[in-house]
Amino acid sequence: MRLPCPLCGDRDRREFYYQGHAVALDRPARDAGDGAWDDYLHNRDNIAGEVRDLWHHEAGCGAWIEVTRNTVTHVVSGARLVRGTAK
Amino acid sequence: MARLIANTPCAGLLPKTIGSVSLSEVDAGVVTLVAPFNGQQKAVSDALKSAIGVGFVAPNRCVGTSPRVMWCGMGQALVMGVDCPDLPAQCVDHSDAWAIVRIDGAGADAVLARLTPIDLRASVFKKGHTARTLIGHMTGGITRLGAQSFEVMVMRSMAATLVHELVQAAENMDARAGLSA
Amino acid sequence: MRIAGKGLNAGGAPVSFSFDGTIYEGREGDTLAAALLANDVRLVGRSFKYHRPRGILTAGSEEPNALVTLGTHAAQDPNIRATTQELYDGLAARSQNAWPSLKRDAMAVNDLMSPFLSAGFYYKTFMWPKSFWEKVYEPIIRRAAGLGAISGVTNEDTYEKAFAHCDVLVIGAGPAGLMAALVAAQAGADVILADEDSRMGGRLLAETYSVDGREGADWAADIVARLMAMDNVRLMTRTTITGAYDQGTFGALERVTHHTAATQAPRECFWRIVAKRSILCAGALERPIAFPNNDRPGIMTAGAVRAYLNRWGVAPGKSVTIFANNDDAHRTAVDLVEAGVKVAGVIDSRADVQALGDYPIFTNGKVVGTKGRLGLESITVQHSGGTRDIRTDCLAMSGGWNPTVHLTCHMNGRPTWNDDILSFVPTDGAIPDMTVAGAARGVFSTHGCLEDGIAAARAVVDTLGLDAVAVDTPSADDSAYRIEPLWQVEGKGRKWLDFQNDVHVKDIKLAAQENFRSVEHMKRYTTQGMATDQGKNSNVAALAVLADATGRGIPETGTTTFRPPYAPVSIAAMGAGAQGHGFAPERHMTSHQATLDRGAPMIEAGLWYRPSYFPKQGETTWLESCNREVGMVRNTVGICDVSTLGKIDIQGPDAAAFLDFVYCNTFSTLKEYRVRYGLMLREDGHVMDDGTTARLGANHYVMTTTTAAAGQVMKHLDWVSQALRPDLDVRFASVTEQWAQFAVAGPKSRDLLNTVLDADIDGESWPFMACGDVSIGGIVGRLFRISFSGEHAYEVSVPARFGASLFRQLCAQAEAMGGGVYGMEALNVLRIEKGFITHSEIHGRVSAFDIGFGRMVSQKKDCIGNAASQRPGLLEAEREQLVGFKPVDKAEKLTAGAHLFVEGADAVRLNDQGYVTSVCHSPTLGHDLALGFLRDGANRHGETVMMVDHLRGVKTLCEVCHPVFFDPDNTRAKETSNG
Repeated sequence: MRLPCPLCGDRDRREFYYQGHAVALDRPARDAGDGAWDDYLHNRDNIAGEVRDLWHHEAGCGAWIEVTRNTVTHVVSGARLVRGTAK
Repeated sequence: MARLIANTPCAGLLPKTIGSVSLSEVDAGVVTLVAPFNGQQKAVSDALKSAIGVGFVAPNRCVGTSPRVMWCGMGQALVMGVDCPDLPAQCVDHSDAWAIVRIDGAGADAVLARLTPIDLRASVFKKGHTARTLIGHMTGGITRLGAQSFEVMVMRSMAATLVHELVQAAENMDARAGLSA
Repeated sequence: MRIAGKGLNAGGAPVSFSFDGTIYEGREGDTLAAALLANDVRLVGRSFKYHRPRGILTAGSEEPNALVTLGTHAAQDPNIRATTQELYDGLAARSQNAWPSLKRDAMAVNDLMSPFLSAGFYYKTFMWPKSFWEKVYEPIIRRAAGLGAISGVTNEDTYEKAFAHCDVLVIGAGPAGLMAALVAAQAGADVILADEDSRMGGRLLAETYSVDGREGADWAADIVARLMAMDNVRLMTRTTITGAYDQGTFGALERVTHHTAATQAPRECFWRIVAKRSILCAGALERPIAFPNNDRPGIMTAGAVRAYLNRWGVAPGKSVTIFANNDDAHRTAVDLVEAGVKVAGVIDSRADVQALGDYPIFTNGKVVGTKGRLGLESITVQHSGGTRDIRTDCLAMSGGWNPTVHLTCHMNGRPTWNDDILSFVPTDGAIPDMTVAGAARGVFSTHGCLEDGIAAARAVVDTLGLDAVAVDTPSADDSAYRIEPLWQVEGKGRKWLDFQNDVHVKDIKLAAQENFRSVEHMKRYTTQGMATDQGKNSNVAALAVLADATGRGIPETGTTTFRPPYAPVSIAAMGAGAQGHGFAPERHMTSHQATLDRGAPMIEAGLWYRPSYFPKQGETTWLESCNREVGMVRNTVGICDVSTLGKIDIQGPDAAAFLDFVYCNTFSTLKEYRVRYGLMLREDGHVMDDGTTARLGANHYVMTTTTAAAGQVMKHLDWVSQALRPDLDVRFASVTEQWAQFAVAGPKSRDLLNTVLDADIDGESWPFMACGDVSIGGIVGRLFRISFSGEHAYEVSVPARFGASLFRQLCAQAEAMGGGVYGMEALNVLRIEKGFITHSEIHGRVSAFDIGFGRMVSQKKDCIGNAASQRPGLLEAEREQLVGFKPVDKAEKLTAGAHLFVEGADAVRLNDQGYVTSVCHSPTLGHDLALGFLRDGANRHGETVMMVDHLRGVKTLCEVCHPVFFDPDNTRAKETSNG
């Protein structure tokens, strides 16, 4: 498996650390309430199809990236740097 | 009063020649990690250019010989072989942070292909290209210096492992060369 | 039997080898199978389940029968296919799964028992009593059923792994693959051409076809030579592409030294090949026909007989018969006749066929029985003209050819049934960016393969933006492939399908009868296709039998899938290099050599190697050394290398705001040249890490992390900075490796430092938690007055190049002052005595509240973990909280990992009150101490609880106390006198 790092180009999966769904970019306000924080921290859909995942190019440039990937076909259709794209 | 004696990371381990490749330790001199603050990349580049003749570098590039500037991660570069001027950037002394080994000779690329998942083909990874990647299980950097000449760097504490991995790979290549078809 | 002058290796030198102790002569270029057949050795193994005598079935890696063991002791290598093993001088092979000998195998009694050992017999027979499952049945079954054995001795051979990248990977170097590689390479693409054989050419090496008016093998050699001369081509022989994975990644196994007696070079290399495009030219595999007793040694596939004859000059029999349902098998007869080998008859199941040469033909023919216990002696044939027995020592059978679709199934693709060739062909797009050409997609003529290889490569280079150079298709045979269905022949005796797992037609029918009608259920019930050959030459026929038994067509019945690896891969190759020092990187401190010189045993802390303790002469246990080292720090001074702690340099206008956001407590209020303890939470409110952070300037901090969490914290800071707070102008970089840092701890620490620092320090200028630059022998270092021992202590750091030198001088000074160096054991005791936590306590499930630091979570600001840490569930009193434990009887032991119970309660899970995380013997206090978590612990100081360690059988009554056992007011660390 290979992922397209926006800085380093296509790289082997072993250079990356997997974090999970990109919902982690949408951090609620401190006082958003338990429901919002539960959704942010714990509740995840198990999607068959296109997902946005967070990966850290740990053994590379150190960038956090958001990868669009299909869990059924394994097609990776894009990746972008998290810096500058988060809320 | 103390009198401190300096040691290099690969002291006692290198140089070595195995078959057609040779391994030697690189003393990069003063090394400063430079990370420009928000919006300061151009200012940093200009200041570097006027002070040392080489500006800040694009990702995956290494410019100059001595001094030189080597990209080393998102928004970071190493200024090597010269005192770093004052810059609107985080500047951190990294002179002692790295073990740097140079590998030269026919088959140097084949030796590295035993250790790194990156594409080392000359048409893709050219002279002056650098990559942050894995060397065995270690994170580090690889820079192409010439057709069969590379520089590999890992954290200083892993110097012995780096030498072990390079030597093992080179010995395997050398033993293969001795096989009959 | 060798035929003079015949074979591509006709001029090869003689090679001596042995099989089961008998010495034979083979020829350079032979496979072991070819050499055995040349010596008329037909019996080579016993089958997996019934121990039936078996011979060589094929001439390739799909071989199910001819598995042998090479080497002995640590070099013992079982399950080597004789059909791919190249011969070398001195090769010694042994048969497998037979005792006492191959010819008289005691377990062959299984074959007589076969009516009781049908499919599913394990499930039906070994049901009761349950207590027999593991102790009686399994050992018996494992001993009886099996292949070769491993030696049980550590393998000392070297294995290798490597990476390769290319534009076009061509898999298989037959006519299609050679043309595809040539066209792609001539267009300028970087090409890797891989083939599992030692020589490229594919079936051209095994046939008498001509290409471009020349011998096929010569033509192939020419193309190979042309490819070899191109610097954008890499030829990989003896390399099996074992798997197709995501984004153009392929696994490949190169057998580097299997063909030699060499021991220096790596035995195998496991490659990861990344290709922009791939062209699968893997050819096709011939399938047997399921007729009664079709498994005797001497019965082979027709294509294999041609391969042995044409490539190695070996006739597998003196009087050969052929049984087929297609035209292709007739070539076997033609080639044999031409070579002067007697063809006793071609039995063709079809009505309308003619002989292509001078041999008897039996149309509408079927082989309905065979004879010969250890090797074929005769066959019984039914044909248009009646029934007759034919004496024959080799029967070449062909049920048709199956395209080698395996790799196209590795990403969940299912092949498609093709009625013209009566087999499955790859489905388009099964593997992204892979094109299939030649016999692998059912194009069976040589001309067709050449043409298809060219066309595939032209299309592929076009997608790469390259221009293909025009190539004429070389002239070659283009006859049609004619075949009629024939899957099984009725008659008395078992009709074998899967030779490697001993599955026959009746097993499949039984599965259908017992309602295992789904192909996947049938597979698992019968084990059809589940052996190491994955049913390469049997699956299609088994499907046909199942389809028939369930009254469905083959396309409806469907097919099972193929998974990586295409051919077996040794675990040693996949784990290559990971033995000994190669297992994981070793991180050495600058004091590493000096530490070894002092005889300290090392312990691993993550990747770091740290000294456990420093034994002095006369000390016989680690505890003696540890106790001395603790006393040294408490009474004089000790030195410890603490360089392994993560150090992160943080700079920028918003550095303080950033730290306030990542730590639960506040750092913007920290004065310059002062240090503060910080607690870092995860976003879910639990503790991530702790450590001290020093402020070296208005916008400059140095954070320390624990050794264990350094990587995790760096990744976390990257996350916070890039994803959550890109608005903050801050930069950070690891300086862990730049600085060598040493703890100097004990009442005499300042005195010691004043012997090495260029300028003396005193209590006023360097109070507790001060930090700043110092000069040591003219070198700028850093000094932090912090303490992890509770003593008056410092940590001093210098650039790493001076680390070894400073360490030796600090140790020498400490020893001169009555102190010395200490290791991890003493460090642990010192911190437990002071109630300082490590990752034993902050193990991922505890909150700041649990460790008594609830008030550190500042409510004046937001920070990572702030919101979640305030959830009621993380603050309730019933949670397990950090406390200390002392044995009520001071002589009793405490153990880490033990659980806590109310005195008198049963020591069972439901009564669990908490657990012990850290334990030491305190030489300072004269008894054991423990830290741990106890339900509502903060309110239970002074109570007694029972500590129970079921694992070690320890039970100790403990007093619950405050976690700080020693110097609770911290007066020692805060020492201010200047004396």
